[in-house]
Parts: sequence; C-alpha cells; structure tokens
Amino acid sequence: MRIDGKGLINRAAPLRFTFDGAGVTGFEGDTVASALLAQGTKLMGRSFKYHRPRGVMTMGSEEPNALVTTGRGAGQTPNVRATMQEAFEGLEVRAQNAWPSLDFDLLAANDLLSPFFSAGFYYKTFMWPAKFWEKLYEPMIRRAAGLGALSGEPDTGLYEKAFAFCDILVIGAGPAGLMAALTAGRAGADVILADEDARMGGRLLAESHEIDGKPGPVWVDEVLDELEAMGNVRLMTRTSVTGAHDDGTYGALERVGLHMADPGARPLETFWRIHTKRAVLAAGALERPIAFPDNDRPGVMMAGAVRGYLNRFGVAAGQRVAVFGNNDSAHRTAQDLAAAGVEIAALIDSRADAKVCGDYPVYTGAQVTGTKGRKGLTGISVTTATGVQQVESDCLAISGGWNPTLNLTCHMNGRPVWNEALQAFLPVPDMVPGLEAVGAANGVFSTAGALAAGVDGAKNALQAIGKKPVSVDIPKAEDGTYALSPLWVVDGKSRAWLDFQNDVTVKDVKLAAAENYASVEHMKRYTTQGMAPDQGKNSNVNALAVLADATGRGIPETGTTTFRPPFVPVSLAAIGAGARGKGFAPERFTTSHAASVAAHAPMIEAGLWYRPSFFPREGEKTWRASCDREVAMVRNAVGICDVSTLGKIDIQGKDAAQFLDFVYTNMFSSLKVGRVRYGLMLREDGIVMDDGTTARLADDHFVMTTTTVAAGQVMAHLEFVAQALVPDLDVHLISTTEQWAQFAVAGPKSRELLNAVLDDGLDPEAWPFMACGTASVAGVEGRLFRISFSGEHAYEVAVPARYGEGLWRLLISQAEALGGGAYGMEALNVLRIEKGFITHAEIHGRVTADDVGMGRMISVKKDCIGKAAASREGLSASGREQLVGLRPVGAVKQLLSGAHLFNETAEAVRVNDQGYVTSVGFSPTMDTFLGLGFLKNGRARHGERVRMVDHLRGVEAICEVCDPVFFDPEGGRVRG
Amino acid sequence: MRIPCPLCGDRDHREFTYKGAAVALDRPGNSDWSDDWDSYIHLRDNPAGDTDEMWWHGAGCGGWLVVTRNTVTHEVKAARMAADVKGAGA
Amino acid sequence: MASLIAKSPCAGMAPISVGDAALREVDPGVITSLSPLAGGDVGALKAAHGMAFPAPGRASGKAGARAVWSGRGQAFLIGPAPDAALKAHFAMTDQSDGWAVLGLEGTAAREVLARLCPLDLRPDRFKRGHTARTLIGHMTGSVTRVGADSFDLMVFRSMAQTAVHEIEEAMKSVAARG
Repeated sequence: MRIDGKGLINRAAPLRFTFDGAGVTGFEGDTVASALLAQGTKLMGRSFKYHRPRGVMTMGSEEPNALVTTGRGAGQTPNVRATMQEAFEGLEVRAQNAWPSLDFDLLAANDLLSPFFSAGFYYKTFMWPAKFWEKLYEPMIRRAAGLGALSGEPDTGLYEKAFAFCDILVIGAGPAGLMAALTAGRAGADVILADEDARMGGRLLAESHEIDGKPGPVWVDEVLDELEAMGNVRLMTRTSVTGAHDDGTYGALERVGLHMADPGARPLETFWRIHTKRAVLAAGALERPIAFPDNDRPGVMMAGAVRGYLNRFGVAAGQRVAVFGNNDSAHRTAQDLAAAGVEIAALIDSRADAKVCGDYPVYTGAQVTGTKGRKGLTGISVTTATGVQQVESDCLAISGGWNPTLNLTCHMNGRPVWNEALQAFLPVPDMVPGLEAVGAANGVFSTAGALAAGVDGAKNALQAIGKKPVSVDIPKAEDGTYALSPLWVVDGKSRAWLDFQNDVTVKDVKLAAAENYASVEHMKRYTTQGMAPDQGKNSNVNALAVLADATGRGIPETGTTTFRPPFVPVSLAAIGAGARGKGFAPERFTTSHAASVAAHAPMIEAGLWYRPSFFPREGEKTWRASCDREVAMVRNAVGICDVSTLGKIDIQGKDAAQFLDFVYTNMFSSLKVGRVRYGLMLREDGIVMDDGTTARLADDHFVMTTTTVAAGQVMAHLEFVAQALVPDLDVHLISTTEQWAQFAVAGPKSRELLNAVLDDGLDPEAWPFMACGTASVAGVEGRLFRISFSGEHAYEVAVPARYGEGLWRLLISQAEALGGGAYGMEALNVLRIEKGFITHAEIHGRVTADDVGMGRMISVKKDCIGKAAASREGLSASGREQLVGLRPVGAVKQLLSGAHLFNETAEAVRVNDQGYVTSVGFSPTMDTFLGLGFLKNGRARHGERVRMVDHLRGVEAICEVCDPVFFDPEGGRVRG
Repeated sequence: MRIPCPLCGDRDHREFTYKGAAVALDRPGNSDWSDDWDSYIHLRDNPAGDTDEMWWHGAGCGGWLVVTRNTVTHEVKAARMAADVKGAGA
Repeated sequence: MASLIAKSPCAGMAPISVGDAALREVDPGVITSLSPLAGGDVGALKAAHGMAFPAPGRASGKAGARAVWSGRGQAFLIGPAPDAALKAHFAMTDQSDGWAVLGLEGTAAREVLARLCPLDLRPDRFKRGHTARTLIGHMTGSVTRVGADSFDLMVFRSMAQTAVHEIEEAMKSVAARG
C-alpha cells in the first residue's frame, strides 16, 4: 500500500515490470521489493530446504528470503536480492526454487518431511550404500534444495574490472560516512566514498529524523552537493565494498548497468580493486530477528525495514501492522506508521519496564508466541503475564536489537569482542590495519553519535596520513539511548527459524550441541547455519546465543565464527571480467601471421604465440598430405619457417662469457666470435630447464636463443642468476625477441636461395656450419646464423621486425621458384623427430641431462647451475628412463604420444611400465611412423622390441627400440 | 598485497612472481654434492613470523627482490634489491 | 634486388577515438636500450644527446628525444639514433622494432588506464615525466605521462593487436558511463 506524500520515489515517473509474468507498477526509485510490497505482494520466495513460503524481511543486501531471478536466456541472473534490484521499465523478474509455481510448490512436501531433514541429516541419512551418493542422493537433493538456476547459456553481458587509488576510503554513506567524507574531503585528502545503495544517505533515508532541523534526505543532498563539488572526492554509489585485503587493498563491486533497461556499452558490473592508505568503515548496523515459533511467515519483517519502506518508498508493508521488539528502536516503527495513518494492531515489547506511549494497543513484558497464515501473515499470538491473546495482523515488524556491520574488520582474521551493554559484537582497533570502524558499525547507534564518530574517524585517518583536518561543525540530530534487554528465543512447539536462508531452526542448533558439535565452527558446519548467501548476517549472533545457552556457556566464551570476503555475493563474471574471448590472454602474432593466414594455414597456439600448422596446397585433402609434402620439400629443395617466436636474449658486458659458462652446462667462453654453439641449461636441482643455441657476436656480446615456450622462464632465471647469485659480474640482459623477425631457410637449396636474397651473396667459405654474423638482406641490415633444426643444410636469417612480412614474402617466392615453400609446425616436428632433436615434449621438467643422452655436456672444468645436483647418483643411475627412438615393426604401424611402453610379452599394467612415448610423427623420408620416448635403461636396449600401449585410445603397436637419430646420423647433410 | 619495490615504489602484487625463500641467495661455493647443497635446494624453514622471500618484479623493473614478510599478519616489512643484499655479502 | 617494405606494429589498427579518449600509434623513431657498463659513465648520454640518464620511474628529454627509464639498470633512448660515443659506456641494443608505441590522450585517458593498469595514476603521484614498467591488461608494458591528459604506452610488438583491442574496450566502457 502506497502512502501519499511519503517516500523518496519519483511519482511523476511510473514504470512497469513483471513478476512471474504478472504486471507490477512502480516508480523511479523503487526496488523490486518495494514495488511488490506496495501492491501487497507478500510471497516472494520459497525457502532453500523446505520450500516454505517466504516474504521479504529486510531492505538491504542482507535479505535472506526475497531472492529472485531477473532476465531470461543469456541475460538471466539468478539469486538477485529483490531488495537491491532497482525496478525499471520492462524488467522481468521471476520467483525461484519453486515448482510448478511460487504459489503452489510441490516441493513444499519437503516441509512435511522436516523431521528427517534436521541438522546433520546429510551425514546420517545418505551414508549407505556409498555408491548411492553420487548417483542418487546428491542429484535428488540438488534438485529439491537450492537457489536459482543458471540459464546454461553463455553470459553475453559486459563486465569490467578496474583499479582505484585514494588516501581515505569511506565505506558507507550514512550519517557517519557522510561526515567522514566531508571532513576528509575538506582537508584535501583524496577520498572515495562507496555505498552499496543506489542513493547515498544510509538510514537517514529510512528514518524520519531531522538533521540540523532539516529532513534527513535534504541534509544528505546538501552534503552530497558539497562533496560532488570537491575535485578530490569520488562518490561511488551502487558499490559494495566486498573485502578488506592486505596492505590497504579493498575489493568493491559496482552495479553499473544492472538497473537499466538498456545498459548499452556499459558494463553490468565493475569489480574494483581500491588501494587506500586509510579506511573508515561506516557500514552501519543490521537489525536482528527474534526466534519465535513460526517466525518465517511472509509478512514477518524487520522493524527497521518496515519503517524504511515507509519513509524511503512510501510503502506500508501491511494494513494492520504489529510491532514486536526488545528495544526502543522498534517503537519508532509504530510511531512512524501511526503518523502516516497506518493502523497499528499492537506494539509488543518483551521488556516489562519498557516506556511506551502511543495511541495503539501496547503490551509490555509480552512475547509473540505464534503466527498464522501460510502464504501471508493473518494473525499472531501474544503471550503476556495474564494469558494468550490473538491479534489480527498482516505484518509483524520485529526487532531483536542491532548488530554492527563489522564484517570487513574480520577479513584479516581479527576477532570482535562481545559488548554486554549492547548485546552485540564490536570491532576492536586494528583488526584490519589502517581501518577504523565508526558510528553504528562501531556500536554507536544514535544519529548524533554517528555524525560525531564520522568526523572523529576522518580526523584519525587524516592524522595518520599527515594531513591537517579543517574544522567541521557537527550537525544537531537525535541522540536517543539504545536500551535493550536480550531476547533471542521465544519457546514454543513450532519451529523457530534462525537462518531463514538455509532453513536452520533453534532445534537444529540445540541438536548440534546435544550431539557434541558444541564449538561454534562445528555447529555452523553441522547445521549449515551462516553458510547461505547472506553468510549469517541475519542469524550468526542469534544462533550463537542459542548455542551458548544450550552448552551452558556465555556468548563471549562460545566465541564467534569470523566473516570472510566477500561481504556480498560477487558474480564470477565480475571477478573474471574481461578474461573471456580475446581478453583471456594476449595473442602474440609474428610478422608473417597475415601472410600465413592468407595462405590458409591453420594457426596453432604455442604459449601465447600463434604459429602455422601447415600450408595446404591445392589437392591436399588432409593435413598429413601437406605435412608430408613440406617435409619432403625441406629434405629435397628448400623450406621457409618463421622461427621468430623463439626467445632471443641479448647478453653483453665484459663478464658475459663467464656468465654463460655458469648458466649453461657446457663451455661458452671458448666459443669464437662469429660462431654459434648448442647449449644445455639445468635447473639448480639438476633437471633440464631449456636448450638452444647461443651466438657470439663480439667478445662481450652474445645472443642466446631459447625455446618458444620457455623464453619467459629462462629470462627470469637468467635475471635471477645475474642479480641474486653473481651480482658482481658485469652482465646486461635484455630480450630482443620482438626486435627481430627470424626465418629458417632449410634444405639443400638454402644456400642458393640466400645467395639471391643477400645483397653481397653468400660466400660458402665464410659461412660454415654454426657460423653467425651480420648480413645485408635485401637492403636491410640483418643477421645470419648457419644453424639447423631439421638436419639439413640450413640458415636462420633475421631482419628488424618492421621488415619481417616483406622478407617472409620474398623468401617464400624465392623458395617456390626453387621447388620449395613455407613449412609449418607439423613438418618442423617431423623433421626434428627424424633427427632425434628434443623439445619440451622431451625436456618436460622431469628429465636429467643424462636421460636425454647429454650427460657429458656437463663440463668438468667449471661450476654451473645444476652441476652439483646433477652429480647425484640417482640422476644418472642405470634403470632411469632414457631417451630412445621407436619405430613400429609389427602389424600396427601407428605410434601415439602419451602411450606407455611395456616389454613385448608383459601384461600392459602399471607395475610393468617400462616408459612412455613423448613425440611421434610420420616420416615421409623413411616411410614410417617414428617416435621418441623414454625407456628404462633405454640406451642399452637398442634393437629390442617393446610394446606400445595407448590405453586411452586402445592402440597397441610393437616397436623396435633404436637410436633417437633416425636420419643422417653422421650429420653430413647439415655440414654439406 | 602490495610490495614496496625499491625501484618502482609501492606496487600491486600481481606485478610480482614469488620464487621461494631467500635462502636461494646462499648458493654453496663448490659444485660437489653435500649436505649444504641438500639444504640449499630442499630444506626450508616454515616460520610463523618474519621470513625473507624472493619475489621477481617481472611486470615491473625486472628486479629480483628480497621481501621480508610476516607469515602471520601478512605484513610486508621491507623489500630490498637482491643484488644489494647479495652484494653486501648476505 | 627487391627492397623490403617496412610495416609499423599497429598498421591499420589506430587511430581510434571513443568519447573523451583517443588512441593513436606513435612513431618513436629509433629506440635504443642503454644499460650502464661497469666503469661506464652515464653522463655520456647528456654529452651526446642532451638529456640526463633517467632515474628509476622517470623520463628525461622532450618529445622526439627522450630517455625513458625502462627497468633495473636500463633506459630507452627514444628518438635519435644513438651517438657512437655511447658504446663505451652502455650495453646497447636496438629495440626500435620490438615495441608498439601508442599515445592515449584525452580527459578520459586516466580512467581508461584504470581499467588496464594496477598503477596509481593520480596527477600528483604520477606526473608529467614519470614513467612506470607495469601491466597493461595481461601484458607487461611501459606507461609514461607525457602531458596532463596524455600517456605513451609501450607493449611488445607482437601484442599490438591485443593492446589496441583491450584499450579500445576500456575506452568504450568508460565512454558509455557518460
């Protein structure tokens, strides 16, 4: 029911949305919950376990009951709190966890079975037989219990993450937060004021208080105007600070487009990482319920929320409202409603000595002991010293007192302390370094107290960052005392709910205590209390009080569970914002990329790089056909391959050679200028890290080549060695990977090709195998290396990357004229397998130099990284799996990498495992599959037959073990 | 978590990579396997309190840092360039 | 003899203008990494090119001839071809082709970067002439403030397409907020 003249909604801007298909009218400024309440809708959801009918209880992010689904299809969002979702024209809202409908929910039968669903029922009921859990029980329970469902379609909404920095972060824009921001802002500090509501003001928008003689919202607007005019204050509405993390970093979730019918290019949400020197927590307090029999009827609401719906939205939550509380703040609900003309059925105060006045029935020393009305409250039972009375009412506003919203102070493992007078936990200083809780979040519940505390909090923060506060007048406001007498549970026959969201009752907590789950952490896990999306905001303290009572301890001795981030649920889409599609990882493209794609080469990922698999030609129907042709092309004519992705590290300084001797197993100080050497690099634990070639361009200048995938790792490693182990050496490292476009020119006609491309031709005498130097390449100063990864007479030619595409096109056209062309990763792989060259398929992080047959590359003349560890007996013991070649000799000719090796007649089971296959390829050169793998004691077993078994793909093949170098073992071709 | 890089100033942890205890600086001087090598490679203290760690500012200056961090409070107490620590004979 | 055509890292990708931010490719001229050799004199840079060897986090010189700190013990000389006299004092590499250099300008530039960099870019913390090696999205890069509302960004050349894409996405998102 709307009350004329009340509320901050814009009555000139009506809007319509739907709830389960039915039209709802609201106004700009409404939430889904306020608009539904305004039209008298009480039933908004079904409970998690028992499918009990539930109505909205609160008006904030702590709402346990009114969880709804918005949107449809890809835009569907489950578990939206109706209290936080702003209403807008065309919004589609649906109830959830009910079937076939919210009004008639068949799964409400669960409620009848509730005696079986008490605390620990999972553990007791579904123990046996064990197999049934996965197949039967869990799917059944998951279907019956639960919250909203995902659509199953990819979320197409935009999400964003961002960083912000400030001197003082103020969390919450109620009276304390506004004064804190004002004080800090006037002093010139960079301030971020974040509030999770769509409109700043906190409880000042929900109460009828005056500040400095003005209505609360008017005062709020004046303060906001001043803050907005400051250049140093950033106001962030719709922003929940979700976590307090190390060193002044706070997570915050901003709802950017969720309140708009068409957000356009706006993100739906932005996840902020805010870094600040100091933070002022002015998050207010949350009202807590009282556990009395059947306290979960739709229409039973928090007293502060009932008052708030009236003052903020002009909505009376009922026609005949009863109020039940144990403290003075509840009285204001009756006063405000009565003043607005709403009938007050009763004001019930559990305190016998409560001072109450009002023109409505008042019961002191009384309790609500029962309720009626399944889908909406119709009446309550009030028990007084003289007996039980039935009171007709469609809305019961309850207040068990207030809990400071201190959640963030606990995020770094701090523990709050129990305050006897307030019957609440309060934060203690420095639970989170740099964060101070003020106002209601610190147990200061009067408006005047909150305003003053905000100023004090800001002054402390300013002092801490060395800024001088400017004087701020504290406005006049109500300064009422907060008198309450604890009341947690009202006894009765029916169930009394503690955790509405997870359907945990007083009985469940008592049962947990009886079954000796008496520690608060055990009780929580046994009953699931506090484990729902509201994370116990509505139930923790009450449950704790029940547990304390049941175990005969006080609340302080019983302790409290701690709060962890996030303060409110955060969608994974927001946390992972931007990291899908193109945003998942950077794409690295070589200079030949466009030309390769134009040649229809399928691209494969190599780390972040994209490299061509093969270059299909007309008539080639399979990749194998292209690959076979490319291999033959390199063996018989000339092939071109982009090898720019290999890491290139420039190493200079007078100690560069000494440094290389230290990081490589073999000697580099003996390398002549103008020559290249293959190097093997170990980790300090003796395992192979990487391999590659290093060229000496000058006495004090080398260029190291790393594998594509290990480039980053090797760079970090070399920097570690240079800085942390040998900082006295004069060594200068820098990546030049991106500076150079580098192409392999491989095959018997490579010299002929380069002779045509190099401005000065190619003098065979000047370019023996493993030579390097500069060369003028089609008018551009480049570098030339005579190295080979194919076993053919080959070169790598490099030019500055801007010329890369030009050189690629030139080399391809020259190669094609000679009967060659481009080759891709598939052919490159076959060529290197034919030669027994290793890649990271072989040096995969578990193999030693000896395993790959390079044990003798560890120089005895010098120390190097990994030398000591590699000398351990076990790293070169016989019986280790050693690199071998494999060729099929049985009926099955196919080899598969990942397959395991067994002795020919042994059963293919784990205990008989002899090794595994790491790389395979079909060699057109030798007309057979070839494989590389590791076999126990393999070097001594050449000529033996073993059985390859791929259990996964069901393939078996008999192989002959051989030397890993299948082709041209003498190396005549590479030197030719 | 923030790390005060001596060169770059206070930076977000995502710019850094952790490498383990700063024991890594104390590489034994000879290449014969020994108990010293065993403890250098394999043995680590697990203190509840201050500990020195290696962090690489790979998305920043490229420097290797020795970061003193309290494992109980997560407080980062100091960060020094590894080269300076090693150079000073640590 | 065929001559090779030069192609810039962001050819065909920029300029882009969205809302109050604009992105363009910057032709940096020659980029040379300078790392002071043991016994070298960093003053040689001033003698040869007129700008001081920059302190960590700083850029010296002016548009067209800048020295931008680029990491531990290292700076990039950006613009002029390096004087031969530098060779005695610095380990040098040509980096001219290794980087995509982008200019991001406009009143929204800082907000755009807030979507990409975990860096405190407040004008009194990160002033004109300040530079940082940091993350730009998932990429390591370099950010230099060259004006009140303008930044030079550098990422590896191979990632130019990703960089432009990510910056453009951030520009659109910031602009959409109005």
